[in-house]
Amino acid sequence: MKRLILALLLAASPALANDPGEEIVAGLSQSSVSITADYAGAEILIYGAVKREAPPPKGGTVQVIVTVEGPEGPVSVRRKDRIWGIWQNNAAVEIDRAPSFYAVVTSGPLSRVLSETDDLRHRITIPRAIRSVGIASDADESPAFVNALQRIRTEEGKYSLREGGVQLTEQTLFRTDVGLPAALVEGDYTVRIFLTREGRVIDTIKRRIWVRKAGLERFMYQSAHDWPLLYGLASLLIAALAGWAASALFARFRP
Amino acid sequence: MTLFLPIAEVSVNAFALIGIGAIVGFLSGLFGVGGGFLITPLLFFIGIPPAVAVATGANQVVASSISGVLAQLKRKAVDFRMGVVLLVGGFIGSALGIWVFSLLSAAGQVDLFVQLSYVLFLGLVGLMMFQESLRAILRARKAGKVEVRRAHVHTWVHRLPLKMKFRASGLYISVLPPLGVGAIVGFLSAVMGVGGGFIMVPAMIYLLGMPTKVVIGTSLFQIIFVTAFTTVMHAVSSQTVDILLALTLIGGGVIGAQIGARVGVKLRADQMRILLALLVLAVCFRVGLDLLLTPEEFYSITPGRLP
Repeated sequence: MKRLILALLLAASPALANDPGEEIVAGLSQSSVSITADYAGAEILIYGAVKREAPPPKGGTVQVIVTVEGPEGPVSVRRKDRIWGIWQNNAAVEIDRAPSFYAVVTSGPLSRVLSETDDLRHRITIPRAIRSVGIASDADESPAFVNALQRIRTEEGKYSLREGGVQLTEQTLFRTDVGLPAALVEGDYTVRIFLTREGRVIDTIKRRIWVRKAGLERFMYQSAHDWPLLYGLASLLIAALAGWAASALFARFRP
Repeated sequence: MTLFLPIAEVSVNAFALIGIGAIVGFLSGLFGVGGGFLITPLLFFIGIPPAVAVATGANQVVASSISGVLAQLKRKAVDFRMGVVLLVGGFIGSALGIWVFSLLSAAGQVDLFVQLSYVLFLGLVGLMMFQESLRAILRARKAGKVEVRRAHVHTWVHRLPLKMKFRASGLYISVLPPLGVGAIVGFLSAVMGVGGGFIMVPAMIYLLGMPTKVVIGTSLFQIIFVTAFTTVMHAVSSQTVDILLALTLIGGGVIGAQIGARVGVKLRADQMRILLALLVLAVCFRVGLDLLLTPEEFYSITPGRLP
């Protein structure tokens, strides 16, 4: 029995020696985003500190990675090919799950901040966040389709990677801004903060941002989905009234 | 000033939308076309998702057509009987079109089909109108006077059974050709998201032999109902009608339509037709170019699973 405890202690001791008990404490400037008629994008401030039980170990520095992820769902990617002189959709690939929005901000160059294995484990970088395992393959070169998805969404500002975008002060305080685009999908956005040392994740926390349509926007969206027939007829009524009103107005000004 | 659209889920400049509405409304009032063939590509261009653009474009066409038809009514330029016959054909064609549309969207070929329809129909109609109106203008210039045309040119259209009197148009013809024209237009309305005025107007003039005076009003009258039907169908089946987007477009559109109708009175019929022909050809050329030029981006993304 004594031997067993000793063995356990020995096994645990290197880990204990390496771990100064570093933990993240963090906050968001806002935990909800209301999409109203004048919504044109939002900036979220993510800030926090590294809490320590003991002074930080010598050698190697801590790094911070922040990810913000929008609601995910399956997507279909199609490729155009020239057939009979006309460019048309030909091959298609279905990707299991891809986030509608994904931003990664780090405190340094990604290759130094995060190791390959921990990236795989925590699905941190953009390619890892796209779940393309068991891809329904209609085309031989499905990786090209996944790359296309990344490229297009990056161009649209939906996916982004900002190396060095997290300001880290005195190995303790950190802050960064993540901009949400004007074209935004409703849902729960997950903010993940990773603390790494020598490429290994030593602590992680999750926060949630509620993104919801509000006011008139919410009312219209809900009516369109809950009472589609009524909504369609209402849109006709509005169209008819507007058409008639303009006609009546102009008739009055007729010389 | 930006506006977040609840159904399209994008943020766009409100003035750009009002501007698009006004331009399309102006043309609608001027030529008697709904303007769908212009508004749908323009909405694509400013980043509205295609499904929302098609459905909401139809809703906007309802408003500008009503505004236009009211202006035409005062000039007694609507043949209601002809309008109703065209409409019956329109609903048949529209139902067929919605069925074909769902088949094609399952195959991922809607874009191609819509583009090909644009090129084919706009090109055909545009060329025919351009040629005819150019010839009319040249003839009038050479002779120095307006040519006297025969009121009735008897073609195969006039030998068909089921004849009916259309008093406002001064016609006594079979109901089959207008039913057929209505059906084709209804089909295009569902598939291309257009009212179909650009094909209806020339078909009425050249195929049915209706006087230009009543063509515009009657075409607008029919378009109101076909696009209204399309709007409700889209709202129910795919929830893609964006009222806020429609309202902004309508705001510009109804005013444009009134001005257009006013300007239309001052223009001569052959001048008007040649202008419409040029516009139709320009859109046809633009859409056709997209099919032939090597695209900048080969890939496209649609949310949801493959069928």
